[in-house]
Amino acid sequence: MSEAHAEDIKKHVRTYIMVFVVLLALTIVTVAVSTLHLSTVAAVSVALIIAVIKGSLVASYFMHLISEKKLIYAVLVLTVVFFVGLMFLPVGAFSDKVALP
Amino acid sequence: MDQLVATAPHDVGAHAHHEELGFWRKYIFSIDHKIIGLQYGISALLFLFFGFTLMMLMRWQLAHPNYPIPAMYFIVPIAVIGIVILLVSKFKPSLSMLVGLLFLGVAALVSYLTSGEDRMPGGIMLPEFYNQLGAMHGTIMVFLGVVPLAVGAFGNYVVPLQIGAPDMAFPKLNAASYWSYFVGGVVMLVSFFVPGGAANSGWTSYSPLANTATTGQTFWLIGMVFLITSSLLGSVNFITTIIQLRAKGMTFMRLPFFVWAQFVTSFLLLLAFPPLEAAGILQLMDRLAGTSFFLPSGLVVAGQPLQVSGGGHPILWQHLFWFLAHPEVYVLILPAMGILGEVIANNTRKPLWGYKSLVYAVIFLGFMSFIVWAHHMFLTGMGTVISAFFQTTTMIISIPSVIILTALIISLWGGSIRFTTPMLFALAFLPMFGIGGLTGLPLGLAPTDIHLHDTYYVIGHFHYVVAPGSLFALFAGIYYWYPKVTGRKMSDVMGKIHFWGSFVSINIVFLPMFIQGFAGVSRRLSDGAQQYAHAQSVLPWNEVMSIGAWVLGVFQIVFIFNFFWSLRRGETVNENPWQATTLEWSAAPTPPPHGNFIKVPEVYRGPYEYSVPGKSRDYTPQNEAD
Amino acid sequence: MQIPYTVQLRSDTGLFNAKLGVWLFLASEVMLFGALFSSYVLLRVGADHWPHGWEELNIPLATLNTVVLISSSVTMVMSWASLKMSNFKKYKLYMGLTILCALIFLVVKAFEYGHKFEIGHYPSYNTFLAIYFTLTGLHGLHVIGGIVLNTYLWGPGSYMWKTEPERFTNRVEVAGLYWHFVDLVWIFLFPVLYLL
Repeated sequence: MSEAHAEDIKKHVRTYIMVFVVLLALTIVTVAVSTLHLSTVAAVSVALIIAVIKGSLVASYFMHLISEKKLIYAVLVLTVVFFVGLMFLPVGAFSDKVALP
Repeated sequence: MDQLVATAPHDVGAHAHHEELGFWRKYIFSIDHKIIGLQYGISALLFLFFGFTLMMLMRWQLAHPNYPIPAMYFIVPIAVIGIVILLVSKFKPSLSMLVGLLFLGVAALVSYLTSGEDRMPGGIMLPEFYNQLGAMHGTIMVFLGVVPLAVGAFGNYVVPLQIGAPDMAFPKLNAASYWSYFVGGVVMLVSFFVPGGAANSGWTSYSPLANTATTGQTFWLIGMVFLITSSLLGSVNFITTIIQLRAKGMTFMRLPFFVWAQFVTSFLLLLAFPPLEAAGILQLMDRLAGTSFFLPSGLVVAGQPLQVSGGGHPILWQHLFWFLAHPEVYVLILPAMGILGEVIANNTRKPLWGYKSLVYAVIFLGFMSFIVWAHHMFLTGMGTVISAFFQTTTMIISIPSVIILTALIISLWGGSIRFTTPMLFALAFLPMFGIGGLTGLPLGLAPTDIHLHDTYYVIGHFHYVVAPGSLFALFAGIYYWYPKVTGRKMSDVMGKIHFWGSFVSINIVFLPMFIQGFAGVSRRLSDGAQQYAHAQSVLPWNEVMSIGAWVLGVFQIVFIFNFFWSLRRGETVNENPWQATTLEWSAAPTPPPHGNFIKVPEVYRGPYEYSVPGKSRDYTPQNEAD
Repeated sequence: MQIPYTVQLRSDTGLFNAKLGVWLFLASEVMLFGALFSSYVLLRVGADHWPHGWEELNIPLATLNTVVLISSSVTMVMSWASLKMSNFKKYKLYMGLTILCALIFLVVKAFEYGHKFEIGHYPSYNTFLAIYFTLTGLHGLHVIGGIVLNTYLWGPGSYMWKTEPERFTNRVEVAGLYWHFVDLVWIFLFPVLYLL
């Protein structure tokens, strides 16, 4: 492996440490917020937003998605589309119910 | 069957080793995609045969409810087939000896099933046992028969050859996929022997019925987990292989249509199966850990309130199940359409009409198949908005299906058609799948579905898609690729007898189902609806259908005989007996050695350059340079 | 003929086989956990009463576990980076730490489970506990799978470093992708089950 490559990796390592610190901080934030016992909507929004941020950090930096090949993106976009369908369509089907006597 | 796959091993040393180890190492613990394809193929064909036998028992029962069923009519022919194959194999360890023994095993299994006080006391079938047969017929045919044959067998054997790859991308994963399937199949078969028998809640395993069913249901769920795992491993392998291992020059738009069909199918398996695995885990928890994911509060079973915490939703199971099971329908049909593309182009000596529109249609079909699932659930009390949504998507999904069928029909136009056995099966597929598809439209619209739901009309509809549809295409595939695998052609005369007999009798089996369905005869009735006044006028059809099923069975014996007879007596062929253009014929030896190609093929043109003006031959192989 | 692109990258996709393979596998995992999350949402929305996570479960222990799992993710990626910098000793250290963290996670989880069982809160107690045990149990199985995989790469599998260093580095990267996914699932499970 070339010198430049090793330099690259060292830069990466610094990023990993930073991401690690941010993840720890966000963990503390989300636990702290939960002790406030907010209303359901607010609590769910805050918790999910923080989880999404943490998840994207892991995916982008640890799993290197930030600089991945197009093909991987294509696979993931397809998965996300069906994932969204899976999450929302059953919920829609449930909330749209024929009223029973 | 020793010459079935004369694979040349990797090097001379391994060859010597192989001679000592013989059968086991060559056929059982192999990581060669061709052997794994054969393992899948033989297992799947045997499961199809067994599932067919279960159906024959059911059909006999429907024709003569409450009369003893003559078990010997079933056991003796199966045992005779097994003994004949054993005699042909001369009891040398080989695949044919194994298959002969397995036929004897099937005979023993059937004799077990047709005896016993809790199944058929005095030869009279109990309704509980009829339910087991129904559930297991569906499960075996779909998950252990057609899918493994279409994807596991044809996909494994043909895809790497057609794209010019030496093997699958992950050979060990490929073997793991087969063995996971094998374990799943064994678990399913073992479930017949547990107290209460096999699963009896239908192949759909609806809750809460399945939650309170006998132990066999737990086996069903465990078996499904293995089968799903097998499919997942397989689909990861297929997608990676098709993307990564295409030979030089094999661009996506030069892929044979069969490879495209397998590619889309793999995505369906990859992304649609996990929700069923999730549902299976939840139902297993319900059954084993006493949870109530699918059990509502206040459920009363047989007059007793059920002692569970409650709070679950039975409909949740249906959503998760059909999220898989609708794409599964396309898993059954897409590889069949892929085979059709190959056989039709080859036997019309013409390029496929509208190759690009076929490809785009198959991609669109795969995509849409994920968002139509709730059309199986119009009767669950869903509201108008969501049911309008699913009706719309269902009507949209018929468009790509029609595009594919139309393109295949137009491909016939003006061709000098060779009526070979594979071509006959392919030609029969077109109208049969047409009937299957068109009869599906009324089921996709809520108003008509309310009348037809859960009647024999539904059974007729999907059997037209899968039996004279998919299965005929798979037969076409067997006749078409048999020479590549064995170096011999199957007998054309016996093939044509098999075709015409099957074609006529299969329609006798399934056409009357539409008549019964319109009359309102419900499915899953163990006496064929004898007790219902509205069914009386259509009851005589039960006898007709049952006779049709027996005729169909007899003609399959011709196929089995042909299969083994041709191994020794079939006409020997060279590399490319069908004068085809795709790589498995034009670049690989017959039969292909381990590693498939002598030298790495390179691709210069599209897959179907037949009858190109100005060429000396009427076909131009993909690997032929200008 | 050898199977191509096991180590070198295919020019038009820029990938080696195993990387595409593992991402496809993860895509199916997304659908698996997605279906379970979807079920969770349905069950919760449809329930008359749903306990808050903090009433039923032990938040401090779960927070500890979150930190442990995030740390293991960092050590995992560091072990890969060490191989990239050709430092095999550091690889051994970081991979060992990853496995250790995973084991700590399981031990803590076992204490949580044990406590629930002691007070008679089995999965059959109510639907909340049912989905809690199912989701964390399935996640736990994934952790165990990761431990097996990583232990192989730490121990007997690491001989490949001497024969085919690039291929071995790829293997660690692929195992890492899986392990980060297990971490990612927990990042969602933690707030959904414990904090809401």
